[in-house]
Amino acid sequence: MPSPHTHGHDVGERLFVHRHSTIHRLPAEVKTVAMVLFIFTVIMTPPNQFWAFGLFALMLVAVAAFAKIPARVILPRMLVEVPFIFFALLMPFFGSGPTVEVWGLSLSQAGLLAGWGILIKGTLGVVSSILLAATTPARDLLMGLERLKVPELLVQIASFMLRYTHVVADEMKRMKLARESRGFTATGIRSWPIIAQSGGALFIRSYERGERVHLAMLSRGYTGRLPQLVAVTTTPTDWVTAMSLPAVGLLIALTALWIQR
Amino acid sequence: MTPSLRISGLAFAYPDGYQALFGVNLEIAKGERVALLGPNGAGKTTLVLHLNGLLSGGEGIVEVAGLPVEKQNFAEIRRRVGVVFQDPDDQLFMPTVRDDVAFGPANMGLSGSDLDARVDEALAQVAMSEYADRPPHHLSFGQRRRVAVATVLAMHPEILVLDEPSSNLDPASRRELADILRSLDITLFMVTHDLPYALELCPRSVVLSEGVVVADGPTRDILLNDPLMRANRLELPFGFDPRNVPA
Ligand SMILES: Nc1ncnc2c1ncn2[C@@H]1O[C@H](COP(=O)(O)OP(=O)(O)O)[C@@H](O)[C@H]1O
Ligand SMILES: [Mg+2]
Repeated sequence: MPSPHTHGHDVGERLFVHRHSTIHRLPAEVKTVAMVLFIFTVIMTPPNQFWAFGLFALMLVAVAAFAKIPARVILPRMLVEVPFIFFALLMPFFGSGPTVEVWGLSLSQAGLLAGWGILIKGTLGVVSSILLAATTPARDLLMGLERLKVPELLVQIASFMLRYTHVVADEMKRMKLARESRGFTATGIRSWPIIAQSGGALFIRSYERGERVHLAMLSRGYTGRLPQLVAVTTTPTDWVTAMSLPAVGLLIALTALWIQR
Repeated sequence: MTPSLRISGLAFAYPDGYQALFGVNLEIAKGERVALLGPNGAGKTTLVLHLNGLLSGGEGIVEVAGLPVEKQNFAEIRRRVGVVFQDPDDQLFMPTVRDDVAFGPANMGLSGSDLDARVDEALAQVAMSEYADRPPHHLSFGQRRRVAVATVLAMHPEILVLDEPSSNLDPASRRELADILRSLDITLFMVTHDLPYALELCPRSVVLSEGVVVADGPTRDILLNDPLMRANRLELPFGFDPRNVPA
């Protein structure tokens, strides 16, 4: 089976999985809005309505299948969630109220439910974002945000991060090589000041680079706005297609709330 | 005819008080190719930053095709003066090559098929058309420098200004860039330490030293003027003799 080819080795592009699907073709801002609304419906669902989360998960599986994104792409990316899982796992130990015995541990029931809620809602949110990033190139995502009237400064900062992560990472690598070629090896706490100094130097270099980039931008007529480079036309069909996801999500959430009542 | 560039009595001190330029005079006719030579710290980059108003506030005047470099003209001046900075990573800040080349003309108000045509034309001029949709960091250093040239060619400038265009290029990329620059029908002002490059590309050279123009003439004569060269820390590479270069 051919492996899904990813473009480049960039933070942004690495996440994109090139496929031909309706979901890939939808305009970025439409997908972004649909995803955010879907996550809201997940969040508003009470954690004890377990069936609802089963349906949410099935919906995401369906999206992944439509977009031809295999589990073997999605599962490893879910690792970003690990730090939050630890947090969720702590909840049952610190919650108050009635407790249950599990394997000889006394766990708070409320804490258990809250922990489960964080875990499942977080996981569904992470998988939604993974699907968005896998079906939308980073550049389109940024332009979509701009069309959604996200403050331009934020979009520009994100876009520069996308462009310069590499440049800064290379600079960091070169500094590390320069340190090591002069006999420095990072061993324990005694080497921290040196590393901190390198960090400072890196900051200065990046700051200076920022100034030079700004001059280069001014030279080409920059007046504070990035020009709108692609004219994207969003059709009502696009919106209807994308909104089917949060619409079904809302139905599930409302049913769950109604049962809970 | 109105010269492409006219600088008269340009003096400038940085805000910290350090005076970098002491009355520079220079005129470049339309279509001329001129090299700006000078040791490190002579004020070359400072001069370049004055050509499109990135630095200002000192004495003297700068005019581009007759238009004074003043705040109310900045938009037009920055279209007329295409500055290619030394580090292409500073110049290429957009996610893809195409977006970057489109940045200047889009700021000038172009859009749609006019904009696409500009971008395609500029990329073709530097032989980088097939890389249009790549992110800049996937390109070699030489390719990035060429794209940096395209980003300003796309604005159809009156004068192309390059700060150390051959620095960090391997010999093949250096020659490719020279071929491209020679093929352009444009006024060229090139800051360089690479004296053979100046001789190859620019019939005329200007030597800047400690903030003033100390020599201005045919490149070959300047490179052969031993006392002048020595006084300004300009050195030909080992074994290079301008007399052996065909005119
Ligand atoms: N931002 C600045 N503030 C103060 N002095 C500066 C600044 N930039 C450059 N200089 C000084 O101005 C002089 C000319 O610099 P520059 O134009 O960069 O020289 P060149 O490009 O010829 O090497 C140098 O002595 C430099 O230290
Ligand atoms: Mg310089």
